[in-house]
Amino acid sequence: MDNQYLLSMKNISKEYYGNRVLKDVNLQVRPGEIHALVGENGAGKSTLMNILFGMPVIFSTGGFEGEILLNGEPTNIDSPHTAMDYGIGMVHQEFMLIPEFTVTENIKLGREIGEPTALSKIFGNLLDKMNWNQMSAEARKSLDSIGMMNIEDYAKVAGMPIGYKQFVEIAREIDKTGIKLLVFDEPTAVLTEGEADRLLDIMRLISSKGIAIIFITHRLTEVMAVADSMTILRDGEFVAREEVKDTSLAKIAEMMIGRKIEKLVDESILEDRALSDDRIALEFHDYHVDMPGERVRGMDIQIREGEIFGLGGLAGQGKIGIANGIMGLYETRGDVIAFGKRLDLTKLGEALRNDIAFVSEDRRGVGLLLGESIERNITFSAMQIKDEFLRQIGPLKILDKAKADQHTRDMIKLLDIRCTGTSQEAGSLSGGNQQKVCLARAITMKPKILIVSEPTRGIDIGAKKLVLEYLTKINREQGTTIVMISSELVELRSMCDRIAIVSEGKVFSVMKPDDSDAAFGLAMAGVREEVSA
Amino acid sequence: MKTLKNAYENIGLPRLIIGLFFIFLIVTSIALGFSPAALFSDVVRRWLMYGTLVLAMVPGIQSGIGLNFGISLGISAGLFGSVIAMEISFLQNWNETLGAGAAWLTLLLALLFGIVMAAALGTLYGLLLNRVKGSEMTVSTYVGFSVIAFMNIVWLSLAFKNGELSWPLQGQGLRNTASLSGSFGGLLSNPDVVQTTQPRWLHWLAFRVGEFTVPLGLILVFGFLCFIVWVFFRSKLGIAMSGAGENQLFTTSSGINVDRKRIQGTAISTVLGAVGIILYAQTYGFLQLYNAPLMMGFASVASILIGGASVRRAKISHVLIGTLLFQGILVTALPVVNEVIEIGTLPEVLRIIISNGIILYALTKTKGGNQ
Repeated sequence: MDNQYLLSMKNISKEYYGNRVLKDVNLQVRPGEIHALVGENGAGKSTLMNILFGMPVIFSTGGFEGEILLNGEPTNIDSPHTAMDYGIGMVHQEFMLIPEFTVTENIKLGREIGEPTALSKIFGNLLDKMNWNQMSAEARKSLDSIGMMNIEDYAKVAGMPIGYKQFVEIAREIDKTGIKLLVFDEPTAVLTEGEADRLLDIMRLISSKGIAIIFITHRLTEVMAVADSMTILRDGEFVAREEVKDTSLAKIAEMMIGRKIEKLVDESILEDRALSDDRIALEFHDYHVDMPGERVRGMDIQIREGEIFGLGGLAGQGKIGIANGIMGLYETRGDVIAFGKRLDLTKLGEALRNDIAFVSEDRRGVGLLLGESIERNITFSAMQIKDEFLRQIGPLKILDKAKADQHTRDMIKLLDIRCTGTSQEAGSLSGGNQQKVCLARAITMKPKILIVSEPTRGIDIGAKKLVLEYLTKINREQGTTIVMISSELVELRSMCDRIAIVSEGKVFSVMKPDDSDAAFGLAMAGVREEVSA
Repeated sequence: MKTLKNAYENIGLPRLIIGLFFIFLIVTSIALGFSPAALFSDVVRRWLMYGTLVLAMVPGIQSGIGLNFGISLGISAGLFGSVIAMEISFLQNWNETLGAGAAWLTLLLALLFGIVMAAALGTLYGLLLNRVKGSEMTVSTYVGFSVIAFMNIVWLSLAFKNGELSWPLQGQGLRNTASLSGSFGGLLSNPDVVQTTQPRWLHWLAFRVGEFTVPLGLILVFGFLCFIVWVFFRSKLGIAMSGAGENQLFTTSSGINVDRKRIQGTAISTVLGAVGIILYAQTYGFLQLYNAPLMMGFASVASILIGGASVRRAKISHVLIGTLLFQGILVTALPVVNEVIEIGTLPEVLRIIISNGIILYALTKTKGGNQ
């Protein structure tokens, strides 16, 4: 029976450039219920919501398959505007508010109430006079209806606490007449605990008024606290629709991670390493990194020599900040000790000089000189830090073109970089080959510790396998200690010796790759609970 | 067909259009009866005259400050160095004590003062540009204008004894245009000067082949400067600087202080500006003070853009091609226009329209390369 559902998305499939991101996904929401949509990063949650809102990005990439029913009626949502007409609203993760406008102006933006004037009778209603009294009265009403009596409707949004901005955004959606379904896209991610609790109360309040809510989140405890039902996605596939009262945290966590056994690394690479707690390669004490969006807040880890150490966790929890701090891109506090020597990270290049190399997660932004040749990219760091590929001529150190050329050709062969030659611009390579260039630059430094951040993001499966295999190989053959930061748990579990799950800027727990899926799922969600499964 | 297409892609549409226009002008002027040798002599002279000023754009672009509209800072330093050197030369009476060597010593002294001043000013200017990251080009334009205004005050208040420099019948202030004929004017490029004032063993510096003038001295100096800049950008420091201009985060993560590289790049650009204006004045034969250098920054920027540089990447070849096209068109357009239109000041007006037109066109090509 479709009629019992307010929204029913059926067999939704979507491809981006031949890459299937959604496969036969179903989503049903009853009127007035809070429905949680859970899944890891990249599970397809955002794409599903983009389809629901008829976002242009969906249609410019060839549309989607499947149908969307509202109250049992088939609909054709082809633009965000139609979605709005159907009574679907969204509370964005990044606030869509104009800072210099007041709360009222923001709430009423695009739906201002006007009074006709002499000018507007001639030139149309764009020249209406604003009816400020009515507008602020209505803004007040929607603010009150979510219990925000203490937000002044005439205050400017700029300078408000983040939580308040979120509430203004919600009030704006509520203020739209005929709103039936409200999507909250990770609304608690940016809030403090108190504010988050408040938000959950508001969500309950809204749903008690008969407005259905789709709640997208990573935080499973919040789902358990507030939602009535949930849909779980994994790798673009529909896993299950569950009623919250019939399920448990551990079960959801397990379904979210799933058993995806896929050997990414050849097992024939021989294993004769002896890891010991006595020989520590890299050590963090109360380590803080001030990287916006990926803050590290007091981290303690010891990484053994010769180990492949994984750092996992959800986006925004700080795992990426760790590496960027060491490489001097953001300010740090606390101690980082490499082979017993404390690094002074205020000095640029300190890590590189101490044999720590880094492959950035942001290939195009940090990892490459896009307009320069492959050769320049690969040799740059070694040249600047170790004076390699240079000849001393008088007072100047001049590029030793022949040597740089030879080394680049070796690297192209070693890593199978598909290019037209050493002088091809790095920007014109494909993602996978760019990643290989980044890796080549790092290993040209002949590091003792190699930190790779999201090494397989956005690259094809062939390149992925090669990169991971190569990392394992240099670990085994040259004893390079590897710290691998990745959002892909499968990847970490397939090659790491230990995996630290990072949550809210701290190490939540250090796990073994063969720990249960449920344990990983709970750790990722930041839930501390004894698992007996 | 494929090679043709490749060639076209390498040259790029802007250079093709401007190049064809240049060729059209040359053909027209020869058809109108101008001597090709004189015309080409003029083109080469102007090319070398402006070359170093355009070359000064390269370190700025490569180090990431973009198009250095504030090159007037370096120009002012070079002019100041020149007037100081000339005044010293006059006070010490070098012309009588040193003979032919006086001009050389004055030139070297001018370069020395100019370079030292430009390096100091350029460093300060670099510090300023580091504080306005993202809008360097706007700021540098106004720095360029302001420094000219400031120097106007300086020129007006200098009380020099050298009659070539100071206003006649007045104690204070320098002339608008000071002749360098008694000093280093034409020393590297003008056959008349070289052949009459210099000893025989220096006559190779500038000579004539038929009607065609070969300013060999200037060619060598400009070539040497280009070579120095080319080598510099293959050195460790130069490569670090290029990296800083291309991607700040990349370069920082390789342990390089991006801000310092930008300051160095700005300083080098400013120094080249100072050297550039001294070579310019040397070729032209006059020192132009006050508002004359006001728009030189724009001409330099336009030249390198026409040559195919972008706001982020520039090569020596861009300097050579761009300057040749830009100056070549100005040199050839004027006589053609003069011949075709003979009404009052209209040719001068047209010259301004053409030169600013090229600048405008060049500024729409800031993406560079072959777009």
